[in-house]
Amino acid sequence: MSERIDVHVVAKVSRLARLDLTPAEIEVTTEQLAKMLDHFADIDALDLEAVSPMTQPYPLVNVLRDDVEQPCLDRDEVLAAAPDVEDHRFRVPPIIGLED
Amino acid sequence: MSTTNSSSSSSPALGTAAQIASRIRSGEITASAVLESHLAVIAEREPEIHAFNLVTSDEARAQAAAVDAMIAAGRDPGPLAGVPVAIKDNMCTHGVPTTCSSRMLEGWRPPYDATVVTKLAAAGAVMIGKTNLDEFAMGSSTENSAFGPTRNPRDTSRVPGGSSGGSAAAVAAGFAPISLGSDTGGSIRQPAALCGVVGVKPTYGMVSRLGLVAFASSLDQIGPFSHDVADAALVMDVISGHDPGDSTSIPMEHPSLSAAITQGVEGLRIGRITDLPGGADPEVQERLEEAFAALAAAGAQIVDVQVPALTYGLTAYYLIAPAEASSNLARYDGVRYGMRVPAADTNSMYMATRHEGFGPEVKRRIMLGTYALSAGYFDAYYGKALKVRRLIADDFDRAYQHVDVMLTPTAPSVAFELGSKTDDPLAMYLCDTYTIPSNLAGHPAMSVPFGTGAGDLPVGVQIMAATLNESVMFRVAAALEAAAGSHLNERGGQ
Repeated sequence: MSERIDVHVVAKVSRLARLDLTPAEIEVTTEQLAKMLDHFADIDALDLEAVSPMTQPYPLVNVLRDDVEQPCLDRDEVLAAAPDVEDHRFRVPPIIGLED
Repeated sequence: MSTTNSSSSSSPALGTAAQIASRIRSGEITASAVLESHLAVIAEREPEIHAFNLVTSDEARAQAAAVDAMIAAGRDPGPLAGVPVAIKDNMCTHGVPTTCSSRMLEGWRPPYDATVVTKLAAAGAVMIGKTNLDEFAMGSSTENSAFGPTRNPRDTSRVPGGSSGGSAAAVAAGFAPISLGSDTGGSIRQPAALCGVVGVKPTYGMVSRLGLVAFASSLDQIGPFSHDVADAALVMDVISGHDPGDSTSIPMEHPSLSAAITQGVEGLRIGRITDLPGGADPEVQERLEEAFAALAAAGAQIVDVQVPALTYGLTAYYLIAPAEASSNLARYDGVRYGMRVPAADTNSMYMATRHEGFGPEVKRRIMLGTYALSAGYFDAYYGKALKVRRLIADDFDRAYQHVDVMLTPTAPSVAFELGSKTDDPLAMYLCDTYTIPSNLAGHPAMSVPFGTGAGDLPVGVQIMAATLNESVMFRVAAALEAAAGSHLNERGGQ
């Protein structure tokens, strides 16, 4: 199928997934994913050229509701579940400006 | 029939849901008394089983009292009047903690109820607790829970299956006559088989998923566990139906399955898949053969069919489900709900939160899914898996031109020992070989207890049907149940 997965690829994927894997975890994950991908190579022999991909089991498209007002979730209740809140908004640490 | 069938299904010492509702509606017993009886069973055996993340005694007592008040006022609480029900802890319950058995959501109280929870309550059911699961429904043994494993009530050295292991164990142990689980690749049917109860995965879109915490959105479906087929039909009749709040919900009327199950199987065509992937234990194969024989004796016709693409189901599933999970679980970033690990900037906060909040299996699936979707690998893995999914659905369609349902084992083996597969993820994934294809195709499938295998542990037979063909599936289930010897005649058989 493709070249065997290695620790560099796994480290990159862990950054893409926002998972802060330790070097030891990357090692183990590489081994486990490699074993799975070996098993998954069973589909390599199939001729899939003319097959269309199937993304969902039941063909419903553009499902819209009527454009009428409906009650929404209680704002205070929703915010009460957030880790940090300020002035009725979700509060996060700085997003930019920490490089220097 | 095998002589071992006496212990195939578990005994509802406190009655089936239908029996309980009937006695409560007639005023013979109160919902409060029924609830206390079940809470007493929980008090006795839950420390050993750990089916629940939370037993909602106070809320349940209030709900039961409300049911009793309706009865006293001459009003009908509904078809599930006063029936205790356990809910898998990945379904939202307003104000009641919903954890998905993850540190990530520990303590989170949803601001709304899942549609299935609303429907059960409207039918008079009493929610008795939130059940344990593999974290975010990822697993086949309920050992991946952040709050510790659930044990199989039939043999506490063994797993109950998963991911809905808590819901299966709750019914098998008599904590509640019925429960709800979710099934993405077998997470209702496999634990049902391992615990000796009935478990149903409905057609994709038959039951609303509003309020079900998403794992793999093109595969997830909610369904019931019960002691018998009639109770499963009763619950299906309550929770099925179109929900404008779920864009994947099928906008159509659903037939009454309770009415369907009395119709017998005479003339139905039962498919035997001649090229089914191997690997099932000999005793499991024997029970399957006995199931075919029982249906033939009841007047059905056994027809050999081929579904060649089934052998690729595992690969397609373990690329598609993790890919969708990696996207769905991106929402756990420490901003709007759940856990946050503080850090100096937002990206570090995301990383630290997800490192701390997710367990190893969830991380493994996110990694696998992110890899399958990433640039350079998309076509080779995810894109290819979607095409294989089409092959499987097409092969099913061809086979269903010749048969009404198909029978397979539900799981390759009886319940296995705790810890025996935790070090080998691929071995654990192979538990799902027979259940995965129905999720990929979106078809209904269910597991019915049918005899026992090694160690006198329950074996389940899986009945698969085409899209929206639940009625025929339930007729076959009822026939198998009758053949296996209903638990009502087998009291004390265990």
